[in-house]
Amino acid sequence: MDIDTIKNFTIKDYHKVYKNKEVSPIEITQFFLDRIHLLDSSLRAFLTIDETGALQRARELEEKKLGEADLPPLYGIPMAIKDNICIQGLPTTCGSRILSNYRSPFDATVIEKIKKAGGIFLGKTNMDEFAMGSSTENSGFGPTRNPFDPSRVPGGSSGGSAASVAALEAPLALGSDTGGSVRQPAAFCGIVGLRPTYGRVSRYGLISFASSLDQIGTLTRNVQDTLTLFTVISGQDNRDSTCAPYPPFSFSDDLPENEIKKMKVGVAKEYFNPGVDPVITQRIQEILKILTNEGFEIIEVSLPHTDYALEAYYIVAPAEASSNLARYDGIAYGYRCSHPLNLQDLYTRTRTTGFGKETLRRIILGTYCLSSGYYDEFYLKGMQVRTLVKKDFEDCFEKCDILLTPVTPHLPFKFGEKSHDPYQMYLADVFTIPSAMAGIPALSLNCGYHQHLPIGLQVLGAPFQEGKILSFATFLEKTLSVPPPVIKSVNLKKEVL
Amino acid sequence: MANWHITIGLEVHCQLLTQAKLFCQCGTDYIGKPPNSLVCPVCLGLPGSLPVMNHHAMQLALRTASSLHCQLLPKVVFHRKNYFYPDLPKGYQISQYDLPIGINGYFEFLTQGEKKQVRIKRVHIEEDAGKLIHEGINLPENCSGVDFNRCGIPLVEIVTEPDLHHPEEARECLTALRDLVRFIEVSDGNMEEGSLRCDANISISTHPDLMGVKVEVKNMNSFRSVFRALEYEIDRQKRCLEEGGSVPQETRHWDETNEVTISSRGKEDAEDYRYFPDPDLLPYIVKEEVIHQIKSSLPELPLERKERFMIDYELTESDASVLVQDKSLADFFENCIQELNKPKFIANWTITEVLKNLNILDIDIKQSKISPSSFMELLKMIDKKEISGTIAKAVLEEMFQTGGRAKEIMAKKGIAQINSEKEIEKIVRQVIEQNPQSVADFLGGKEKAFHFLFGQVMKVTRGQANPDLVKSILNKELSAEG
Repeated sequence: MDIDTIKNFTIKDYHKVYKNKEVSPIEITQFFLDRIHLLDSSLRAFLTIDETGALQRARELEEKKLGEADLPPLYGIPMAIKDNICIQGLPTTCGSRILSNYRSPFDATVIEKIKKAGGIFLGKTNMDEFAMGSSTENSGFGPTRNPFDPSRVPGGSSGGSAASVAALEAPLALGSDTGGSVRQPAAFCGIVGLRPTYGRVSRYGLISFASSLDQIGTLTRNVQDTLTLFTVISGQDNRDSTCAPYPPFSFSDDLPENEIKKMKVGVAKEYFNPGVDPVITQRIQEILKILTNEGFEIIEVSLPHTDYALEAYYIVAPAEASSNLARYDGIAYGYRCSHPLNLQDLYTRTRTTGFGKETLRRIILGTYCLSSGYYDEFYLKGMQVRTLVKKDFEDCFEKCDILLTPVTPHLPFKFGEKSHDPYQMYLADVFTIPSAMAGIPALSLNCGYHQHLPIGLQVLGAPFQEGKILSFATFLEKTLSVPPPVIKSVNLKKEVL
Repeated sequence: MANWHITIGLEVHCQLLTQAKLFCQCGTDYIGKPPNSLVCPVCLGLPGSLPVMNHHAMQLALRTASSLHCQLLPKVVFHRKNYFYPDLPKGYQISQYDLPIGINGYFEFLTQGEKKQVRIKRVHIEEDAGKLIHEGINLPENCSGVDFNRCGIPLVEIVTEPDLHHPEEARECLTALRDLVRFIEVSDGNMEEGSLRCDANISISTHPDLMGVKVEVKNMNSFRSVFRALEYEIDRQKRCLEEGGSVPQETRHWDETNEVTISSRGKEDAEDYRYFPDPDLLPYIVKEEVIHQIKSSLPELPLERKERFMIDYELTESDASVLVQDKSLADFFENCIQELNKPKFIANWTITEVLKNLNILDIDIKQSKISPSSFMELLKMIDKKEISGTIAKAVLEEMFQTGGRAKEIMAKKGIAQINSEKEIEKIVRQVIEQNPQSVADFLGGKEKAFHFLFGQVMKVTRGQANPDLVKSILNKELSAEG
């Protein structure tokens, strides 16, 4: 097996070679572990590499000697897992020093499901601390590089997962998306990222940042793998009260090609403002032309509250975070400051030294927004805006089936370019936040390259309409046939850190 | 200064009688369990865990609110109450804020024989916190430990309006509330074990229309300490004001050993709990039919039942109070009446003998081996004078111990009433012969001597002789002597 073969593989292709005994799950697992050993000292996508566990698991799977017909959907497929999703016995740090010594005693629901489906875990991937950031620069353990250009960020917060899939250190990965944390790094790394409808995938075992926004998502090299992985991880869970009471996704919601072309494609003018890099706008215009030629009806729509979504998000998300992160107090687990003088000192020093700067900023912001006298002015207003944003999308999806927008206003930026100015960094998520606030599903797809950097396209749909999004994305992927990323090595000489 | 007006409000926490904790499957029977043996990722608040509401706890809380005549809200929301303390593993307590289970209710209880109504401000549900342990064999020196067994146990909080005006009234209200939660079987209401806890707000002023400064008193672990702490506070606040000072708004702790309250937190240190709706839990919609079902399943409440007992069965207030303290005891009593319509007789035996035996065995009537029918078998024998009271007491004790029926026990022990006139006559004559002095005394007009002789006959027969027969025969024989 070499990289030129594997770069285009879907899960079905792995299963084909397994069935033909051309290669075994152990060999495939070893292939990816070798890739990690080759690239990750420069790329730094992983925080934990579980070589022993992964090979052990591959061996167990092989011993089961299943016929192809019985192969569970993720049989023998190695995966990378964002470090805010709990795997029993493995470190789960959330990219934070405050959890540097923490190992989870239980599996997240998605991990249980993937285990049952035959998946193999290569390790845990780097992220912005507690998923707060858009570049991995907020990781307590150093940033991950963009495989296309190591002087640039991979996006965030699921930057480690996205980079590992783009660099083929893993064929697929899980991330989490609170305001764009799956889609933005997928766009920056030239892969496919899906944020499902809020409640479509159980959050049990996903370490909370902002509970009403957090959603586990997938990062893959092609739409078909997104579909397979999403099918496995979705569905009701009695351990998560916010999980929707629906069975797992099944692709019987799939549309035949002639049906796909009947979809009405919406374009929202608010997403094509002068602040967007013309390269991105231009590429999307080209795609719209292609779609028109293919017979799609393109409809211009408006989402008037888009501008307020970002501001409201930076009230609601930090407010929830300030409460969710209160448990990291140095009492029962995790990091504790040395030689505390008393309880107050233990709390203060543990938290001020255990958390990074951006996390502290958001805790303070959120605490302020929930304080007595400010709750109505901030949190409540934020929630009201959220309702309006949601309504915008509802109106819009009465007119069209899917919406096409840029994922990000800019191409992958350089390290340090935005990290000095939090507001500039927050703006990197301006096109992914409104849909997150509305809880609707959204997919990020690589739609081409500018020079050596990938350009992302976002496909949005109505709640629980992942079927439409995935059908459309499958069609578009085939029509555009953008080559998947191939990273032979990560050349750190170009680095300008 | 003379006339002080006292205003007291209570906040009562009751542990709900559920098998599982409020948001996880862990058990609730934590008393005597090793520290941290009833815990899981959810109640420990481990990263990634999520709460799922226990519907049974919600049912019990709704039942409580309904029994307090509260308006049940159609949409119930859980809020997070944020504060830092080592016994609170998530850094917040899941509680309720502006959309609790019930509001605007009332509660009636008897004080000094009069019916008193106190308004209920709200009833809400929340999770309990863990417990700090400061000494123990496994603790390193200078270290405290946290036991999370209690963490996440469901509590219902009942908040009264400040409608109480005397410590004694507060104690009676609390006692009656305890009886209520026991009666409707939502809590065992045990203050000593902490399954019922009470905080009190108290203020005094010179005029009934003026509200004084509110002081909150915590850490009262018995009904007596509630009474004592409030008395102490009134005294302290009076002195404070009479000396020209003012009472600061604060929270004070009752020091049981020294019988004083100690300031623990001033108004300026009051915490901002930053309440907001818990995004991990959906609002709970209370459907019309659920409200209906809860209301229709409520039993007759203790006060109503007590009043009915006093009217229908002509019981004294104190007897009726004892019987309604425990719903199953009241049920037991009423089941007994079905079999023999002598309420006072049955009440006497229930209150004295049944409760005595329950106390000895330290169980309640439901756990006992006695049933209304087996108890009534015995009582009917007493009623028909087939068995003396003394014997009946011994038999009842045996019934509590072994669960046997009265007649079986009597047969086994060779206890049977002597109803044979001949046999009794023989014994009476024997007693008369052996006690000439007493006979002489009786004949000389000393009535007491008759009782002595009667007692001697019963003693010889080990209480088995039919006492009425003994009396008449003894009378007959003595007159024959004279």
